[in-house]
Amino acid sequence: MNSDSANIVLEAKSVSKFFGTITALDSVNLKLHQGEVLGVVGDNGAGKSTLMKVLSGLYKPSEGFLSFSGKKVNFSSPRDSQNLGLEMVYQDLALAGNLPIGDNIFLGREPTKKFGPFNFLDHKKKKRLTEEHLAKLKINVKSADQKVEELSGGQRQAVAIARATAFDAKIVIMDEPTAALAVKEVGKVLDLILNLKKIGVSVIVISHRMDDIFTVCDRVMALFQGTNFAESKLKDTSRDEVIGWIMGKKS
Amino acid sequence: MEKKNNQSFFVKSIPFFEKYGILLLILIMVTVLQILQPDVFLSWRNVTNIFKQISWQSMLALGVFMVIVTAGIDLSVGSIVMISLMGLAIASKAGLPWYVVMLVSPAVGLLCGLFNGLGITLLKMPHPFIMTLGTLYIFRGVGNLISGGVPITGFGDEIRSIGNGKIRLEFLLGEGAKEYIPSSLILMIVIFFIFWVFLNHTRIGKWIFAIGGNPGAARAAGINVDRILVIVYTLCGFLTGIGGLILAGRTNSAYPNAGLQSELDAIAAVIIGGASFFGGRGTVLGVFAGVLIMGILRNGLNLMNVSVFWQQVLIGSIIIIAVYIDVLRRQFATRK
Repeated sequence: MNSDSANIVLEAKSVSKFFGTITALDSVNLKLHQGEVLGVVGDNGAGKSTLMKVLSGLYKPSEGFLSFSGKKVNFSSPRDSQNLGLEMVYQDLALAGNLPIGDNIFLGREPTKKFGPFNFLDHKKKKRLTEEHLAKLKINVKSADQKVEELSGGQRQAVAIARATAFDAKIVIMDEPTAALAVKEVGKVLDLILNLKKIGVSVIVISHRMDDIFTVCDRVMALFQGTNFAESKLKDTSRDEVIGWIMGKKS
Repeated sequence: MEKKNNQSFFVKSIPFFEKYGILLLILIMVTVLQILQPDVFLSWRNVTNIFKQISWQSMLALGVFMVIVTAGIDLSVGSIVMISLMGLAIASKAGLPWYVVMLVSPAVGLLCGLFNGLGITLLKMPHPFIMTLGTLYIFRGVGNLISGGVPITGFGDEIRSIGNGKIRLEFLLGEGAKEYIPSSLILMIVIFFIFWVFLNHTRIGKWIFAIGGNPGAARAAGINVDRILVIVYTLCGFLTGIGGLILAGRTNSAYPNAGLQSELDAIAAVIIGGASFFGGRGTVLGVFAGVLIMGILRNGLNLMNVSVFWQQVLIGSIIIIAVYIDVLRRQFATRK
């Protein structure tokens, strides 16, 4: 992976985030290249989730800024980042259990049809697009109309990823994508990440699991107490070294 | 994959009861009451009476239903009925034309709902219960301040026709037929249909359910949750204002105690109709059924001269039983 600044798709420059008197992020920098899978590691409270929420526009940075394909951006909601092709798969999955799979995938971006001056939901189109997309990702569920609360943990994760990739995302951020999964489902999710990379999507994976990081990532960066701690191409580091970073030790 | 054949008949029948159980309950109530009061209960006069009685309450229930779907609550609707009724009365006494008077009640309701919605979101109230408990007192107080605390009676015929109007069926049943359909029933059906379309076939309707299911998911999807909540409370106020208008037509009077405790009837109807108090679940048809059950129960017990106190005991019991059945259903549904 070259470090040519031309193919940087997402960059965070000196981003800080304060919650009252708590400093969650302190001048953090992050770069993500086209078609790269970046692993972000760190202990609980290191600021990984906060950083991802800043990148997706859910939080506003207190200081610093983001740039997208070289252009400075100011996200005021996740919809702004979605419009630029950045999608987020949250650790808590951010799915509405009372709604069917298709409704969750298209939540906030429902297909509509015009009827006079009014826009009504196009239930048929939604169902067709959902079935096509699930088939493309090889996700097996009984029906696109099944409610999310009736699904297994792995199926829910799959729906969350389906949701993130339904609109030709350029960047997908995944927060602990395998944390709640059974072993055989972990492999499927990792395969999915590698597939995204193949088609040129850039992915940020936050994970505690070294297996995940060393299976899918090109580069890994570590946060420690809200600051950049270490960063390396994957081929230049080892599991033990990365585990050391998480605990705040540098060799 | 699924061992469908091993499921008991009981488990298999759950989806059926979930959908139609409430209609079954209505059918049973109607059958029992018809047997007990064969000459009166299903007479045209009595049935239209029931619908006339529930029409204004059904507006409150529909509004409160949308609020409950977002996992909120609106305790102020009873007071909104009263203040919108007072607004209408004052506009009527001021000699404004009837079509303006007619708009005053829904407009006052809408403003009250907007006040609730903005208060909940802008002041970041810990729960809508607090804000609407406050406005329950405020709205009734303001209503009494502007009316001087005395009833105002006598509105125009046009206003009266909304609550008491009759669409005679002579054209269907021949000259001299006494059967008629109350205009308030038609209004109720039209409004319920509009809101059914709104909740099931528009994006905002879908988002209202999403917010009730998981507000975090709605926010992550880029939905402006606060804006939707303001819309929901405003619509609830608006519908309550229409309820006030229908009540004005029925009673031809604005009185200080109008709508007192009707917020509790509205919540009861919504819960009996199968909506979850924790948000995200429920149907417009369920609300209609819930309101109808309350109406039939009150009517039936009145016909049989059962005391009002026993009516209170029965309605309270039905709320608890309806929710307990839902609890049982959930237990069976999750045990796979």
